[in-house]
Amino acid sequence: MSDENLPSFDGLEVGQVVATREVEFTRDTLVRYAGASGDFNPIHYNDLVAEQVGLPGVIAHGMLTMGTAASVVEEWAGPGNVQDFQTRFARPVVVPNPGAAVVTFTATVGALDPELRTARIDVTAEFEGAKVLIKTQALVTCA
Amino acid sequence: MPVNPDAEGRSYGPHEPYEVTRVKIREFANAVDANSFAHFNPEAARAEGYDDVVAPTTFAVVIAQRAEFHVVTDPEVGVDFSRVVHADERFTHHRPIVAGDVISTTVHIDKIIQRGGISTVTTRAELADADGNPVSTVISTLAVREDA
Repeated sequence: MSDENLPSFDGLEVGQVVATREVEFTRDTLVRYAGASGDFNPIHYNDLVAEQVGLPGVIAHGMLTMGTAASVVEEWAGPGNVQDFQTRFARPVVVPNPGAAVVTFTATVGALDPELRTARIDVTAEFEGAKVLIKTQALVTCA
Repeated sequence: MPVNPDAEGRSYGPHEPYEVTRVKIREFANAVDANSFAHFNPEAARAEGYDDVVAPTTFAVVIAQRAEFHVVTDPEVGVDFSRVVHADERFTHHRPIVAGDVISTTVHIDKIIQRGGISTVTTRAELADADGNPVSTVISTLAVREDA
């Protein structure tokens, strides 16, 4: 956190949407995340392995979905300003080849603490009409 | 072989420290669609109050998962990685990570629960800087299917 770039607390309301983003995950996206993160589990790029372990196909890294959700929060909060970020992984995002899996992210003010001037931002990530992340919460200190 | 519940309470590391670079932060930011210039450009980062380019929120997973590797490959813990599903993840940042940080990580097995053919293993990675000050705490739970 740096004081220079904190979002403003005043004017925030619970339920207010602070950022949304629609992201296309392709096999390229997964390979890029594998390289960047060092997570080379083949279920994220190899159809045969994915099937062998009982998955409906190659799936996105849960951490790719979570990381993208964090980027949506950061777009509003500013870089480096999310102090705490948590999620549970509810469903896999199956990524076709060719094609793309479209995930829709929505970041909403979930709770406000006027004393500490912190905002809890709740994020939803939807794929094919179902939530793939649950209890996705970011804590942001505001100015 | 099922997960060994007696592994609860074990700790691993710190092993070789992780040196955070501008290139790696840029690569990770591109991978998670993090668009702020403060992830890419040192001048932009300084304008935001940071010493160098700042890492995206979940970048700490790069460092934490290297440390967690020691847990999932420990034969005495008994995690079959082909049966693993990621259940949850939490980052608590004591300060942002910036390029130039040298991070040492200790990972603890906080909890092992066995129920209904599923074992869950909760690890906590404590990331500290070169001065030993806390940087991030990363809590991760893996679910391992024990059935054949």
